[in-house]
Amino acid sequence: MSYLAKPKFHHPALPENTLGYTRRDYEGAISTLCAGCGHDSITAAIVEACFELSIAPHRVAKISGIGCSSKTPTYFLGNSHGFNSVHGRMPSVLTGASLANRDLIYLGVSGDGDSASIGLGQFAHALRRGVNMVYIVENNGVYGLTKGQFSATADDGSKSKQGVVNIDKPIDLTALALQLGASYVARSFSGDKAQLVSLIKGAIEHEGAALVDVISPCVAFNNHVGSTKSYDYVREHNIAVNRLDVIVGRTPITVDYEPGKLELVQQHDGSWLRLRKLNAEYSVHDRRAAIDFLLEHEAKSEIVTGLLYVASDKDELHADLNTTDTPLNALSQKELCPGMARLEEINASLG
Amino acid sequence: MPDTLAISRVNDFVVRFANTNGSGSASANELFARAVLRMGVPVAARNIFPSNIQGLPTWYEVRVCEAGYLGARGGTDLVVAMNPQTFAKDQAGLEPGGYLIYDSTRPVQKSQFREDITVLGAPLGAICNKEYNDPRERQLFKNIMYIGVLAAVLEMDTGEIDTLIGRQFAGKERLIEANVRAFHLGRDWAIENLPCPIGLCVRRADAVGGRIFIDGNSATALGAVFGGATVCAWYPITPSTSIADAFSAYCARFRIDPETGKKRYAIIQTEDELASSGMVIGAAWNGARAFAPTSGPGISLMQEFLGLAYFAEIPAVIMDVQRGGPSTGMPTRTQQSDILLAAYASHGDTKHVLLFPEGPAEAFEFSALSFDLADRLQTPVLLMLDLDIGMNHRLCAPLRWDDDRVYDRGKVMTAADLDAGKDFGRYLDVDGDGIPYRTYPGTHPRKGSYFTRGTTRDRYARYTEEGGPYVDNMERLLKKFETAKDLVPGPVITLASIPSRYGVIYFGSTSPAMDEAADLLEADGHALDRMRVRAFPFNRDVDAFLRAHEAVFVVEQNRDAQLRTLIITECGVNPAKLTPVLHFDGTPITARFIAAAIAARLGEAAKQSERAVA
Repeated sequence: MSYLAKPKFHHPALPENTLGYTRRDYEGAISTLCAGCGHDSITAAIVEACFELSIAPHRVAKISGIGCSSKTPTYFLGNSHGFNSVHGRMPSVLTGASLANRDLIYLGVSGDGDSASIGLGQFAHALRRGVNMVYIVENNGVYGLTKGQFSATADDGSKSKQGVVNIDKPIDLTALALQLGASYVARSFSGDKAQLVSLIKGAIEHEGAALVDVISPCVAFNNHVGSTKSYDYVREHNIAVNRLDVIVGRTPITVDYEPGKLELVQQHDGSWLRLRKLNAEYSVHDRRAAIDFLLEHEAKSEIVTGLLYVASDKDELHADLNTTDTPLNALSQKELCPGMARLEEINASLG
Repeated sequence: MPDTLAISRVNDFVVRFANTNGSGSASANELFARAVLRMGVPVAARNIFPSNIQGLPTWYEVRVCEAGYLGARGGTDLVVAMNPQTFAKDQAGLEPGGYLIYDSTRPVQKSQFREDITVLGAPLGAICNKEYNDPRERQLFKNIMYIGVLAAVLEMDTGEIDTLIGRQFAGKERLIEANVRAFHLGRDWAIENLPCPIGLCVRRADAVGGRIFIDGNSATALGAVFGGATVCAWYPITPSTSIADAFSAYCARFRIDPETGKKRYAIIQTEDELASSGMVIGAAWNGARAFAPTSGPGISLMQEFLGLAYFAEIPAVIMDVQRGGPSTGMPTRTQQSDILLAAYASHGDTKHVLLFPEGPAEAFEFSALSFDLADRLQTPVLLMLDLDIGMNHRLCAPLRWDDDRVYDRGKVMTAADLDAGKDFGRYLDVDGDGIPYRTYPGTHPRKGSYFTRGTTRDRYARYTEEGGPYVDNMERLLKKFETAKDLVPGPVITLASIPSRYGVIYFGSTSPAMDEAADLLEADGHALDRMRVRAFPFNRDVDAFLRAHEAVFVVEQNRDAQLRTLIITECGVNPAKLTPVLHFDGTPITARFIAAAIAARLGEAAKQSERAVA
């Protein structure tokens, strides 16, 4: 970690996006995580994704729970409001925020302890409600801040740094998300930035509950031989089902790829997901097959990454609730308060 | 029983209906209460119900009281005993000289009746069986029929009941006709066969005035609608559920965009109260007015979030409709036992704003006010109702709303303020009142963003673990709490007709019983000044009242004298000065109880001083 303040100057020729922002405009304070932490790569991927999509930084609300992962919103999007809430409760805070203002982009950042242990209930219910959000789990299988206890995503048989073997079954958050009805489910690896950036971009463009489970090795407590969430282990066991590109606002060019290996999926906001299939059999539209595929490869100790599922039907909380297009926090008193005349009517009916 | 003993009273008695829940008796019983009201006589109605849906005993008590006392009185003058399970107990609860109405279809041995009461048997089951074939109809019309019997023996105006039935089943002519017929079947039978009238009588009066009859939960929900709440997050729990139900119904009526048909509100039934409080905090952080109705067990679950909202300074409105605790306790009975839990909710040093409405009219007013207070103070506000206020219809002043009133959204910095170069420090006390400015997320592309956290930070919301900024911040929060003292509703003080050394403090649903108890005590020669506390932190007038009296009774509905503890702690009063008067069996406190407890203490004190003189 570094204790130095981040310098504000930058190269004058730094590229700008269509809004005129440079990558630096999407950065935050300097990270206080351990050098080499997978989470810092995720931070960089979020910065890159937001830059590339030309998102106005202040239109993002970043909300987290508690833990190493949940500290990271300080390190990206410094011009966005952030909320480091309560352990395991990011989803409810994010849901409330989303109810208040449907126009912002909600980036929920959590960890495996935060989402799979203490916050499993809120994880489940936010996904099943279809809250329009990007839910990123920075998944390292251990509690970092309390020095290396197993979390609920640690694999059965995985060894801790002290040599203790985990005897509990792991929770696969992607399989769970598929079962719960999340409409965009992806897994990635913090060591594969290209894949991660495009999966985050796809999630941001997606309208509905998008989960991105990112295996993110903990260099301090879970990067040793015997761990199933170390850099080496994940690299060796990574099975990517596809590579994704996200194209916003224009028809994608498709000539680069072999026919039959490419699939185009249009999202509800008009953006295109261009999927280069690495596994010809795998379909991103079949929830049940996706769960089977995950279970099958989990049995072989393989870690499936890529876009695992994207729903073809729109399923989003505000649409389900039929709330006004004007954000609830922007309604005027006139629109909200019925006034004395209506109260007189009520009084009259209660006599 | 000699006639001379029979209770003889006009417009001043208590009727109790003993039923089985799920039998459809509630609407018939309410019909009776409303009919008395329409005759211009005040009533206080209370539902006493079990934690189940079907088959257990339930009671509905109607206190008919032209003098206007709306607290529970205690004792029953007439019981309509429709539940064989509780027949003996219901009879035992009658005052000497009281009246028992029962279904005489199945004979009851004379020895099973008390000798000091008047027994009025009516073969309701037999009449129903003769008149109706459908078992459900037999049950439902039996309920209306005993109202007919009551109307006969109490000499009630049948026109009012006919009107009410018409109103209740408006648009369903067949039902109106059937119910009116059942009512008159019961009444006619009673007139022919029972010694009508009896000693009790409802006589037309003019003591109701323009008052309305509404339950506190509906009034609270309406307050939330008028107060501009747009987000309601709730988890089902008795006795608060009907707040969410009523909010939903009122919003469907008042909050639909006429052009698009879309909703200007969002209601989420959450997975638990952790989530409901989290959603309220998330929504309020983002500039919407949000609330979570709950009861004690929910407040227990919200502890961590309440601490976050206190420390991170986020408005949050929580309604606690208190019930009997601890644990699951008495889920369908009333208490005021969450006072300390709410006042100091969460770990670490915390204090929260509490409001104590006395009934539905104040529940409406305080509910709307709580959103202004939460925004102004940027902190949780807990509206402390209880089951007695929340779930019972209460006669109260018509609800008022000033159309010139403008919501107080508190200190919010806008994009224009930021562009004008105003210094924005999220935790910077610019005005000296302990309240900083905030910005809503999404306000400005380059200015005004900040990081909200439950960890320590400096005045500009920058993370720090230094003791200095931590203490600075905690002391500012105390200053803010001082500011709150002048913003919350002050106490209502009622002085005795003659100067008194004694005071009594009470709050919330104790109010009507206390008013009546004061009259009883004064008639007995005990004059007391009384103060109804309406909020925490205690307004400065509370300190003045404590100083002005030699001894003060604190009347509350819990075992541990929680308000008294709060007063001792926060006002620095000598505990010996405050005598607790505690009622906590789950039934609403009564004037008789309060008056007896205070009179006994005052009697002892008088004896002691006599002894001292001797």
